[in-house]
Amino acid sequence: MFEHLSIQLIMGQLLIGLINGSFYAMLSLGLAIIFGLMNVVNFAHGAQYMLGAFAAWFLLTTFGVSYWGALVIAPIMVAIFGLIMERLILRPIQHLDHLYSLLATYAAVLIIEGLMRQQFGSSGMPYAPPLRGGVNLGFMFLPWYRLWVVLFSLLVCIGTWMLIERTKLGAYLRAATEKPDIVEAFGINVPRMISLTYAFGVGLAGLSGVLAAPIYQVSPSMGSNLMIVIFAVVVIGGMGSIVGAVLTGYLIGVVEGLTKVFYPEAANLVIFVIMIIVLVLRPNGLTSGRGTST
Amino acid sequence: MNRLLLIGLLLIVAIAAPFFVYPVLLMTVLCFVIFASSFNLLLGYAGLLCFGHAMFFGTAAYITGYVLKTTPISIEIAILGGALFSAAIGYGVALVSVRRSGIQFAMITLAISQFIYFVLLQSEFTGGEDGMQRIPRNDLFGVIDVADNNAYYYVVLAFAVAAVALVYRIVHSPYGEVLKAIRDNEPRVESLGFRPERYKVLAITLSAGLAGLGGALKATVFQFATLTDVSWTVSGEVILMTLMGGLGTLVGPMVGAGLVIWMNDELSQFGEWSLIAQGAILLLVIIFFRRGVVGEVQNLVRLVRSR
Amino acid sequence: MNSDANAAPLLQVKDLRAWYNESQALHGMNFDVRPGELVTLIGRNGAGKSTTLRSIMGIVRKRTGSICYEDEELIGKRTFQIARKGIAYCPEERAIFSLLNVGENLTLPPVLRQGGVPDSELLKQFPNLRERRKSRGTLLSGGEQQMLAIARILRTGSQFLLLDEPSEGLAPVVVKEIGQLILRLKAQGYTILLVEQNLQFARLVADRHIVIEHGAVVDTLSAEELVSDMGRVKNYLGV
Repeated sequence: MFEHLSIQLIMGQLLIGLINGSFYAMLSLGLAIIFGLMNVVNFAHGAQYMLGAFAAWFLLTTFGVSYWGALVIAPIMVAIFGLIMERLILRPIQHLDHLYSLLATYAAVLIIEGLMRQQFGSSGMPYAPPLRGGVNLGFMFLPWYRLWVVLFSLLVCIGTWMLIERTKLGAYLRAATEKPDIVEAFGINVPRMISLTYAFGVGLAGLSGVLAAPIYQVSPSMGSNLMIVIFAVVVIGGMGSIVGAVLTGYLIGVVEGLTKVFYPEAANLVIFVIMIIVLVLRPNGLTSGRGTST
Repeated sequence: MNRLLLIGLLLIVAIAAPFFVYPVLLMTVLCFVIFASSFNLLLGYAGLLCFGHAMFFGTAAYITGYVLKTTPISIEIAILGGALFSAAIGYGVALVSVRRSGIQFAMITLAISQFIYFVLLQSEFTGGEDGMQRIPRNDLFGVIDVADNNAYYYVVLAFAVAAVALVYRIVHSPYGEVLKAIRDNEPRVESLGFRPERYKVLAITLSAGLAGLGGALKATVFQFATLTDVSWTVSGEVILMTLMGGLGTLVGPMVGAGLVIWMNDELSQFGEWSLIAQGAILLLVIIFFRRGVVGEVQNLVRLVRSR
Repeated sequence: MNSDANAAPLLQVKDLRAWYNESQALHGMNFDVRPGELVTLIGRNGAGKSTTLRSIMGIVRKRTGSICYEDEELIGKRTFQIARKGIAYCPEERAIFSLLNVGENLTLPPVLRQGGVPDSELLKQFPNLRERRKSRGTLLSGGEQQMLAIARILRTGSQFLLLDEPSEGLAPVVVKEIGQLILRLKAQGYTILLVEQNLQFARLVADRHIVIEHGAVVDTLSAEELVSDMGRVKNYLGV
């Protein structure tokens, strides 16, 4: 029944899966960091990813800033946008039920995406890959840019993990995730830490957006459907668990890619099916996850 | 006495309304009144934020539409069938998600609604991207012709009144009291020997059924069903309606549904601005007016009276 | 260094009222602490002892009245600003971070001012913490956790310590150790406000005892009075 399968097809889909997985991993990483410290589910993560892609596109078309320049500048721009968002809409409601912050960031998505569509239309804008060509592996052709995306995102994820687990700054973050009051009582400016952490997570989303610009079309709605997938990934990986988020991200990407080979009709659904299976098997969630322990 | 008078007055207005306002618009509002009331039952009284409520709304629209297109079953049964189908989905959703924390419940319901969106997109019977067209309005009770919008308005009105009355009954029943207690302090309710999960599962099922009723009616009003009805934008719209009108108040969702439908209607020619406005209003409501229109008015009245 | 009854108070609390959400926990507290003094807050469970410390630190944010530290008003300031004035807080639940190892737990509080105990000195003073630097903070025994919780705040250089029930839930041997540590800190010149339920423990270390009931100060006893008039205190505590 699978005689149409070839090694090329499988490897090709595996690569696409790995690339999608890279984005899932980076986005759920940022989401998990933000959730861990702030208990905020940042619905705007997808929109901020889109803004990263747009920033790269805008920098290129308006100022002629190359992809490599944009890789540095665009995430900073998006992070600054995140800082403003945190001040204006998250801080005023931080003492309320966390459902409100979810809803507030959702409202922000409506505004951001609406304004972008109003300005740039719904159709996608192309962004030429900075690395052309690729290498023929015999069984498949691997474009350099895709290889770069996979490696770079891996680097970002590992780097972020090291930053959190192995540095003083990371120790502050881990401690504040557990008991923010006590950390603040040590004289650490926790409110500023919250702002910066949010900006960092948002910056990660912006960075993913820049990486995505040459692969997917740059369009105002590029983040919204992705967002829901990321939610599923985070639910599967355990809320607020950084390692769980990253691993699940890659895994889900690969599974999705393979599903496209074996049962293409279900490719859209497989992530959600996995989520539902996880929910059935673990109705109470992972009890050992970061941020869920008290 | 005052309250009865008010309800009577409202009913008279509702009955006379189609003589002054385009009935399809009125029916749309009524469908969303039911939808928003169902959402409010869940968030306002049980504290559960279902971020994918459109899945119940839209699925019922398709099911009812399909039944009407393929069978001669009378319209009211097709509508109830759609609602029942959504209630069944709601029961399933509740079983897998109810034990997760509130914020996860929101994310999970959103993800499941996206799952259902894709299922409906790929199913043959729904017509995929094109949606389901030309849904007939079979005769009411098998005998009464309701093809005319002015006539059909009263059918929709009857359903809406029944739905709101049902929500009222639920909220003011002993069951509703327990539900509110769970919302306010779940561990306490549990320590009193109740099993909060069961109450929540029932609330989700009921709410899903009511949302389905709204969707089923909408399919018969417009005589088509589309993927938009299942999309997260509609899930977001019902959140806006409920919060803007007044969370946890009976009248709030009605006011909210009316305001949002009216606003969409007014802004429809301005393209994206309608969504932008929705976002801006939702944000303002969340940050400054969490009581919503009805809640703020009630608060004002209370303040004036206490003077 | 002994406290001087005539010295200007280091901390002066006047008519302090505090709320958890809508419920009022403190109903007008008045007391002061002089430099170098070791004062205990005693009272029944729920009397408002811990809330007093949390209000001073600004962790309980809804509060009125006045909390003056070195002639500066603390009400209206954020917790981290209060800490930077030189007040260190060791909470009741010890607050050892499970996501941090012992070494990270110990060095988490930043050095805020001169006079902080350097890390090398801390490890010398608390040798068993040194041995277990790499293990998870919450794997320490209760006594070790308490030592760690006190040790780490010495790092900041703060000279005024708020200690919330350091003896709670510990074996008598360990309580004794903690008592010696606290006496040593007092001898080194720290000013200490101690919440304590264990009267034996309080009696050994403190200069003065403030009795709290229903969120207000009802009595103050000197160290001598506590010994000579135990009945009075037991009456308050209902023991």
